[in-house]
Amino acid sequence: MARKDRRSDSEVARLDGNRGSKILAGLTKGSGGRGVAIALLSTAVVLTVVVVLVVRSPGWDEVKQAFFSRDQFEKSFPDILSAFWTNVKIFLIAEVFILVLALGIAVLRSLPGPVFFPLRALAVVYVDLFRGVPTVLVIYILGFGIPALQLQGVPISPLFWGTVALVVVYSAYVSEVYRAGIESIHPSQAAAARSLGLTHGQALRHVVVPQAVRRVIPPLLNDFIGLQKDTALVALLGVVEAFRQSQIEVAATFNYTPYLATALLFVLITIPMARFTDWLLARDKRRQLAGDLR
Amino acid sequence: MSSEAALVIERLHKSFGKLEVLRGVDLELAEHEVVCLIGASGSGKSTLLRCVNLLEPIDTGRVVLRGEDITTPRVDVNRVRRGIGIVFQAFNLFPHMSVLENVTLGPRKALRLQKPEADARATELLDRFGLADKRDEYPDRLSGGQQQRVAIVRALAMQPGLLLLDEVTSALDPELVAEVLGVVRELAAEGMTMLIATHEMSFARDVAHRVCFLDEGVILEQGTPEQIFGAPREPRTQQFLQRIVDAGRL
Amino acid sequence: MRPVLFGLALTALALALAATAIGSAEAPAQIPGCAKGNLNLLNEGQLTLATDNPAFDPWWSGGSKDKDWEQNDPTTGKGYESAVAYQIAKRLGFTRAQVTWKAVPFLRSFAPGKKPFDWYMAQVSVTPERKKAVSFSTSYYNVNQAVAGLKASSIAKVRSLAGLKRYKLGAQVGTTSYAYISKFIRPSQSPAVYDSNADAVSALKNKQIDGLVVDFPSTGYITAVQVPTSTVVGRLPTQGAQEIFGLVFQRGNSLAACVNKAINALRTDGTLRRLDVRWLGKTGAPILK
Repeated sequence: MARKDRRSDSEVARLDGNRGSKILAGLTKGSGGRGVAIALLSTAVVLTVVVVLVVRSPGWDEVKQAFFSRDQFEKSFPDILSAFWTNVKIFLIAEVFILVLALGIAVLRSLPGPVFFPLRALAVVYVDLFRGVPTVLVIYILGFGIPALQLQGVPISPLFWGTVALVVVYSAYVSEVYRAGIESIHPSQAAAARSLGLTHGQALRHVVVPQAVRRVIPPLLNDFIGLQKDTALVALLGVVEAFRQSQIEVAATFNYTPYLATALLFVLITIPMARFTDWLLARDKRRQLAGDLR
Repeated sequence: MSSEAALVIERLHKSFGKLEVLRGVDLELAEHEVVCLIGASGSGKSTLLRCVNLLEPIDTGRVVLRGEDITTPRVDVNRVRRGIGIVFQAFNLFPHMSVLENVTLGPRKALRLQKPEADARATELLDRFGLADKRDEYPDRLSGGQQQRVAIVRALAMQPGLLLLDEVTSALDPELVAEVLGVVRELAAEGMTMLIATHEMSFARDVAHRVCFLDEGVILEQGTPEQIFGAPREPRTQQFLQRIVDAGRL
Repeated sequence: MRPVLFGLALTALALALAATAIGSAEAPAQIPGCAKGNLNLLNEGQLTLATDNPAFDPWWSGGSKDKDWEQNDPTTGKGYESAVAYQIAKRLGFTRAQVTWKAVPFLRSFAPGKKPFDWYMAQVSVTPERKKAVSFSTSYYNVNQAVAGLKASSIAKVRSLAGLKRYKLGAQVGTTSYAYISKFIRPSQSPAVYDSNADAVSALKNKQIDGLVVDFPSTGYITAVQVPTSTVVGRLPTQGAQEIFGLVFQRGNSLAACVNKAINALRTDGTLRRLDVRWLGKTGAPILK
């Protein structure tokens, strides 16, 4: 008569232990091995074909010299690497502010009741505006426009305003990610929290937002990776970061290999972030499945 | 209207859009009284409970808690809710917090107790209801019955004057229902004022001082369990109870 | 009969000669060995030229009614480079209508592959590295770099190269102006580098940079029109060989040889000097020591 979909404590523990060993077994079984061999072989074939086609194309020598010159790579890399620290500084600082500002905007948008309408409207306008206007324009307007006003006490540094522009634009996008997370939390959670006598703010802070943020960590990291590349846009304001530095080298030598060096650096920092995101997603899934098997 | 009434609901109307769910509910609850609400699904039992703890705004009527009209616009909703505990059918525990944290959240943030005091209160309650060893577990590691008991403890930790139970065993396997009903019996024996929406008729017969049959948005009939289950006056009450008996649940 | 025939033949011949003479009177002077029909051109019978957009004074002038050209339209023939281009075209036998222009960003002008123009002109300096990637014409202008700074700033009082070291300087990316800063001035703060001179000029106006390094003729327009609160701090001394502007060609393009002959002709008959005075004539600014 007992239903199978509800477990007692001991059964839950037993299932957890079993699942781990089952996954491992699946990886090493025989049928998996053959699949791996075929995958490797077909990859090798495709790569060989592509390489042969490229190397035998008429313009290859010129392209090789223009984009893959080892000499130019070695000459330009040190300067590009030191300029890259500017990019790193920008995205580390900007990301902190983005995470905070975006959460604030998302919370403003969730405030209930007619009395808070102006704040909700403000949040909506902000998000629409800064997702709508191209980032390049925001950078120009803030980076050249505000210093042009020559206001007392207001900084004119291009690095400052470039970072501010990135924060302002990315907060609009990230606030929507938070909002999606908050709205994905079932209203019964907020209801339970409010029923205890917690205020709306307390319910958000202790119950809804902690759960929401856990849910949206993958898309948050996604936006962060995008931000890492967009730091190159501050070059528009004269800041010499990695992309601009490589552009300087390219223009001096009329050789494009420095661009390759910059691309390599950006990819190198993106990959760990991407793998970390994958790991988080997988861990989340494991936890979810654990819950569902109850 | 008795001056000792813990809760008075007067002519309560509540609609969702065009659908009028509560059509003039009148109900009184005395201190230490246990009242069970029975009725078909969709009859408005849950809605009524959610109106009492102000989760749903009412259309017309009044809810008076210990002499205070809590449905006036100026009332401090959070303060009122601190004095009313509610337990939901789906438990609604906070999955990102341990059992202890679930129970102490209300006392610490809404009642502003210090952590040691809140922890002590929570531990005592968890002990009482056999959940001491689950203190640091997360809800997804507990069985349904355990989770619901934690939910009850969570509500009790606020030391409410009124406890609302909304079909608290409907989502549980039969063998787990008993442990939860056991807790409710204990609370009734201790004199907790409770308004219980339930399908468990034998339980209602056992523990209620009064049973109210909610039908089509009004309390059609109310009386002692013996009166309602033994000799229901209204035809619709009789039909309802007959269906229950036919389903083997009474 | 025969004298009449002879007379007719003679008249016909005379007429034919006259016709050719009239034709050649309308056609510009030809350069020996560079007949228009033999030139290596992108599009037959047409001179396809390119410059950057926006095209700045005083190298280009006359404004723009074309929405594709932001500041000046090259077809006006006004401005030093536009004027020189049409002069060269004329010497090679092209009418004004046979010269077409397209906008190409400076950094794209030396991208590998087939160039979308016969030649590119946008104050491009000739350097040995660049010669490896493209071919250049002979000089059509001898360049001096200069510094523009705000009158109210202390940079305006600088009289020596070393005096510039402590200031925040700026230049357009990829220019010999930028190279001059990093090679010869070597300031203590790293320079600001911009996509275009327009942005660098904004930065100067905003006091985000103290001094803007750019070729000397451009400083005239900057200090007179764009940033009236600025002044030419001074001309920068030539380091090593005289810096020159050259037209940019596809590497190995035989057209360059004929163009060089045209430029030399313009130099010898004083046309280049005349255009220099007309478009770039500027009272000297001090040369920084």
